[in-house]
Amino acid sequence: MYDVYKIRQDFPILSIPVNGKPNTFLDSAASAQKPAQVIEKMRRMYLEEYANVHRGSYYLSEQITVAYEEARSQIHEFLNTKSDKEVVFVRNATEGINLVAASWGRKFLQAGDEVLISQAEHHANLVPWQALRDEKGINLKIFKVSDRGEYLEEEFLNLLSEKTKLVAVTGMSNVLGTVFPIKRMAEQAHKVGALVLVDACQYTVHQKVDVQDLDCDFLVFSGHKTYGPSGIGVLYGKYNILDSMPPYQYGGDMVDTVSYEKTTFNEPPFRFEAGTPAIMQAIGLGEAAKYMMSLGMEDIFKHEQELTTYTTNALNEIKGLKIIGQAKDKGGVFSFNVEGMHPQDLAFILDKEGVAVRTGHHCAQPIVNRMGYESLARASLGLYSTKEDIDTLVAAIRKAQKFF
Amino acid sequence: MDIQELIDNFEFLDTWEEKYSYIIELGSHLEPLDEEYRTEEWKVRGCQSQVWLEPKLENGKLLFKGDSDAFIVKGLIAIVLMIYSNKSAQEIKEIEVEEIFAKLGLQEHLSPSRRNGLFSMVEKIKHYADTLA
Ligand SMILES: Cc1ncc(COP(=O)(O)O)c(C=O)c1O
Repeated sequence: MYDVYKIRQDFPILSIPVNGKPNTFLDSAASAQKPAQVIEKMRRMYLEEYANVHRGSYYLSEQITVAYEEARSQIHEFLNTKSDKEVVFVRNATEGINLVAASWGRKFLQAGDEVLISQAEHHANLVPWQALRDEKGINLKIFKVSDRGEYLEEEFLNLLSEKTKLVAVTGMSNVLGTVFPIKRMAEQAHKVGALVLVDACQYTVHQKVDVQDLDCDFLVFSGHKTYGPSGIGVLYGKYNILDSMPPYQYGGDMVDTVSYEKTTFNEPPFRFEAGTPAIMQAIGLGEAAKYMMSLGMEDIFKHEQELTTYTTNALNEIKGLKIIGQAKDKGGVFSFNVEGMHPQDLAFILDKEGVAVRTGHHCAQPIVNRMGYESLARASLGLYSTKEDIDTLVAAIRKAQKFF
Repeated sequence: MDIQELIDNFEFLDTWEEKYSYIIELGSHLEPLDEEYRTEEWKVRGCQSQVWLEPKLENGKLLFKGDSDAFIVKGLIAIVLMIYSNKSAQEIKEIEVEEIFAKLGLQEHLSPSRRNGLFSMVEKIKHYADTLA
């Protein structure tokens, strides 16, 4: 039984008032709160077991190396990768995508090759490809979503061709909430010989992601959105693909043998982890994945789906409010516009009521513009969100409407 | 209205609701921006809403007009302009704007991380005071 009120007790920050009001935190899509389990784990490691990894042959170094590699195993389980070796620790999703663009992209893409992305990409999955386009002369193709923010298969298939070498697509849009049918898209992409990269920043947060079932070639996500610390993220890659890729950065830890003349490089994932990694953050992320799995990915998904329906209905009751992104298959992200009110004005008043929402273009300016706006307010759900949060949000929006 | 009058008026406002209503009202009386200034060039950067600032130098004094597409921001701009407009460059340099905003209980709006444009607007006004006068 998924008892959200009990689960909330794992998140001490949620019970600390904001502006004298109960904390109604509806900005988990930007960054999620952390459970005490994650914080405690990191605290304990710092206090009792800290040293550098993969270095010394002394007790503490061994302990921390084991913990760091255990975190990799937890991510292996979290994503159901074939092995630990397919899990590369990076700083965040943005770095994961940049790594693929710089390493795989520079080596394997040539002028005239195409990278295909959706209209709904975060800047992190758009700008690196624009830069590679300008550097290598590849073409960047962008398939459309509908006015309601839905995935349109015919648009995708129209642009998918033998020239497509990579489909880079979000698993779930951080603006529209739309969930893309990754498994089916990967099948179609593979038929024309393209690889598939999934930006799973919002995707891994809300549901079980099984990379073997999806059959994607790369997948990235960020720790801080997945109830873990900031400064850590994951790049998953199929091992044979990772093994074909040159290093992204150079230095310690990523090498095999080094002389003044020549260096041979370590195998994946270490080849891509140059320098001392974010040790504690990786361990914290492993703990966060463990925490989510212990709650049950299916149960988290069910809870959030129920709440998504509840939120949709509640917001639709508000006169003048339009939800931007009304795909049938959608997760707990609600961008919206309220007639006659600038999102910034709305956010000021919600803040006074203790309600945290994000406003602006959400680092996905093109899709916000494509939907017809300069700026939107966005409320997003986490595994700890409740109906009461939504009721407070709705009451606060109604209150804001009285001001204008 | 001068800024002291505004501070006095604010003293009578007990709740944030009253304050915000009053700020919105201040915005609605803001002198309109000349149309030619409603362009990218005169936009204040780094804001979540659109904010424009129009500077003029007349008889050694700096005159400012401003606008925003968000109502509360517009009201806050009205306050900023009340503080800074029609002053000499030297007077502008001597103004302790944080102190005034603190007296109004609006200090959080001047924080650079709020990204509502006020902080950038004040920076820009000081920049004009340095370069125009
Ligand atoms: C869909 C999506 N992709 C990428 C990112 C970038 O994540 P990060 O800033 O952690 O690299 C985000 C975060 O806002 C996101 O929501």
